[in-house]
Amino acid sequence: MLTATETGHIESFRPKRFAQRYGVDPLLTLAVLVTALYGLIILYSASGQSFSMVLRQGAHVVVGLCVMALLSQVRRDVIIQITPFVFMFAALLLLAVLLFGVGAKGAQRWLALPGLPRFQPSELMKLALPAMVAWWLTRHKLPPSMLQLVIAAVLIVVPVALIAKQPDLGTSIIIAGSGFFVVFLAGISWRLLAVLGGLGVAALPVLWMVMHDYQRTRVMTLLDPQSDPLGAGWNTIQAMTALGSGGMFGKGYAAGTQAQLKFLPESHTDFIVAVLGEEMGFFGISILLILYALILGRCLVLTMRAQGNFGRLLSGSITLTFFVYVFVNVGMVSGVLPVVGVPLPLISYGGTSIVSLLIGFGLIMSMQRTKRVLSGES
Amino acid sequence: MELSTGVREKNLIQSRVAVAALGGGILLFLLLTRLIWLQLVETERFQTASEANRLQTLPVGPARGLIVDRNGVVLAENRPNLQLLLVPEEVPDMDQLIAEVRKRIEFTDSDAERFAKNLKTRRRPRDPVVVKDELPESDAARIAVDLFRFPGLQIEARPTRHYPYGGLTAHSLGYVGRLSLNELKNIEESRYAGTETIGKLGVEKAYEDMLLGQVGVERVETSARGQIMRSVDREDPTPGADIPLHMDIGLTAKLYDVLGDNRGAIVAIDPKNGGILGLASAPTYDANSFIGGISQAEYTALQVDRDTPLFNRALRGQYPPGSTIKPMIGLVGLHYGAVSWKTEIADRGFFQLSGDDHKYRDWKKWGHGRVNMDKAVIESCDTYFYEMAVRLGIDQMSEGMQHFGFGRRQGRDIQGDLPGILPSREWKRSARNQPWYLGETVISGIGQGFWVTTPLQLAAATTAMARRGNFIEPHFSLLEDVDAGAPVPIGESMDWERMIDAMEDVLHGERGTARGAARGLNYRIAGKTGTAQVISIGQEEEYDAAELEERLRDHALFVGFAPADSPSIVVALIIENRGSGGTTAAPVARKIFDYWLLDRNEGSRPPNTNYVATINQRVLEPKHADSN
Repeated sequence: MLTATETGHIESFRPKRFAQRYGVDPLLTLAVLVTALYGLIILYSASGQSFSMVLRQGAHVVVGLCVMALLSQVRRDVIIQITPFVFMFAALLLLAVLLFGVGAKGAQRWLALPGLPRFQPSELMKLALPAMVAWWLTRHKLPPSMLQLVIAAVLIVVPVALIAKQPDLGTSIIIAGSGFFVVFLAGISWRLLAVLGGLGVAALPVLWMVMHDYQRTRVMTLLDPQSDPLGAGWNTIQAMTALGSGGMFGKGYAAGTQAQLKFLPESHTDFIVAVLGEEMGFFGISILLILYALILGRCLVLTMRAQGNFGRLLSGSITLTFFVYVFVNVGMVSGVLPVVGVPLPLISYGGTSIVSLLIGFGLIMSMQRTKRVLSGES
Repeated sequence: MELSTGVREKNLIQSRVAVAALGGGILLFLLLTRLIWLQLVETERFQTASEANRLQTLPVGPARGLIVDRNGVVLAENRPNLQLLLVPEEVPDMDQLIAEVRKRIEFTDSDAERFAKNLKTRRRPRDPVVVKDELPESDAARIAVDLFRFPGLQIEARPTRHYPYGGLTAHSLGYVGRLSLNELKNIEESRYAGTETIGKLGVEKAYEDMLLGQVGVERVETSARGQIMRSVDREDPTPGADIPLHMDIGLTAKLYDVLGDNRGAIVAIDPKNGGILGLASAPTYDANSFIGGISQAEYTALQVDRDTPLFNRALRGQYPPGSTIKPMIGLVGLHYGAVSWKTEIADRGFFQLSGDDHKYRDWKKWGHGRVNMDKAVIESCDTYFYEMAVRLGIDQMSEGMQHFGFGRRQGRDIQGDLPGILPSREWKRSARNQPWYLGETVISGIGQGFWVTTPLQLAAATTAMARRGNFIEPHFSLLEDVDAGAPVPIGESMDWERMIDAMEDVLHGERGTARGAARGLNYRIAGKTGTAQVISIGQEEEYDAAELEERLRDHALFVGFAPADSPSIVVALIIENRGSGGTTAAPVARKIFDYWLLDRNEGSRPPNTNYVATINQRVLEPKHADSN
């Protein structure tokens, strides 16, 4: 009945047409909604049965969904037009963070502007940067020329460097990734990619040298968690213990000893998947991974349907970034990647993360709307 | 052309998307492999690790055994005591925590000082430190509601040692104190897993092994912060064994009573078995104040007190025995043939060695006239014993006297007693690296010179007299094996009986030195008075007690037992700086004998009043002039 048209007759429900006409993609929305609900259930246990935390997170989801729906209504050309300005604005905010930012645990990531809630400008950059790179590359023919690539690289490196300086290694890697994905999707030649990869490996020692001590420790700990079991290795060991001891079906909801007795650090934020794995086992994690696969699959479909090169590049980058979130977070918790502060998308507690993810989905939805609908043709 | 470029670009991007999706799929598969390995392959390993995290095995300290007197009166017990504790290793900010504690409970400066001292004491890692002892219920509740906010802080109802008779038993029982790192080296650490205290002195130390008990084990579920969530299972500890003593707390109270505000010591022994019936060292202190950690001010006050309340005079006070050992030396002299019962000497008030004009004075300026052994003991004639000592010689004297337990520590369950000095050539050579002089033999004959003995030794030696030539080591506990003692291989049984007769006449004879103390007695006491010089009197000086500074005055001594024929109690006592044994010490002993033989109701239990308060009060009151 949602598909009742102005002419009054009822058509069979077809998501593609619905999405292209009204912006909001029902399948993606449904997958996101189910995942977020699943997340709220996990959060209730992971937060030590804090109902208020679940309510707040629920509010984040609702706000995020509204923003997503709103954004899906914005015309693609409007987004393309404002992209450079948003990017400049985000870059200025990042600069401001370095100068007047506030922070916690030795990192300066937040900006407390009078009259606005505290927020992390890096969140804005997560979307502004891939959009900017896409904006730049689609002004020219694809695949991009060397000059365009160099300029794209500058567009990527400057904000990433600003964020890395906060320091926020996790976010800067993710954002660098989102910019790189645009370049990759834009058709950078495989040969160049191989050369860059080689250079990247060669640059690893340099990276090692500019890393903060705590970041080096994290990498070292990944290689050998037992080297410092009560210090840097604690998180990884406890997370792996939580996951492993969960087995096939887990210890039961809200009955995970690692999580409930607080052996697990950051159990309601970055390490929440360990709670799921401990209490609901491999079974519970599989459900989550299936949900993620559904979201990613739908996003890929929408990317294929996206209108215009800008739309394709941006959608693709957002989709791949979402995947990176999942991969890095689960990889970190299960001890195959170093501990970097990356939340589990849609599950970890935190309003900024959820809203910015849903904004991303809103953009994907906006990108696949057809001109025909936008011009009011029926 | 324009259109085909668009299509080409679209295809390019879409093919790249497909490549990326494939790559993502592969990575996701790898992640899945990792999860399968963690959750389905290595499950057991991680489950073990998780259980090890969750479950902690805690030692449960056993209840320390009680110490009871011969009538079953509890002398050392365990009282529930709410203590505020903290584990310094877990406290992020000590000053802030103490500030928070101060906000909630009364925490005085002296509490703070005591806590600071506790904190400084070296301890096992993660052993909790007492912040405040004897927390009232209301204070405990006020802290308990916020406890979760302060990592490292705990409230525990820990049984704490308490001595109901405080000062009365401090010098016999000793006390328990916090286990120190030094002590840790000498004990089996696992046995103390749940125990933070150890017997430091006295009976508490001697029977530590039995009092301690067997540690129990409790498995608990703990949070990562170490907070105990619930108990999983528990193996109860075995409480320590109770230690019954020969001590009679009523008699002990009497001992302190008769000492009054004097400095001195009394040891009372049951001659049937060598058990210590009572032991007093005055002034005393309240052992309870050492339990929760004593404040520096209190400790300093005890330490600088001129009357040295912490000093155990009964076990560690080394005094010249003076005339109290004359009956024993007399027996030794008889045994080696230096004198016989018939030997008589003429006493003109002093003794001189041939070829030396030094006068060894008798306490009686004009002398005792003609003196035999009986009279020498009864009237405590010094000249007779000077003469006899020279005839006997130092070697035979020390050989004979060692059978009475002099010059060595008493064994068994006595802790911390000192050996005293039994003078001998070997002793002087090893201790002073000097040869022995004859003049030293002379004064050794009357228990002066190098002689020093503890009140405990005097009591033990007197017990050997009461047992008619059988030495039995004194001891506190009824658990000590009753043995037959060691026969003193000196003299015949007739000699012992006659010497005891002489000792009876010390009190009951017309000229006995302690005859004043025996007035109106309906039982017989055998005893010997003594007066121990604190300083030596110059050759021609007149001895005038009043002129000497009080603390340089002679010590008054008495040893004895009653009833003389079948003794049930032996008493040795010393009262510091109170002059002669006959006038001061013997009347005090009389009161003790009266109590034991007449006033006491066998088996009755004295009221459990706080003796410490009254004793302390006495100590604080100004000294009265000597009453007798």
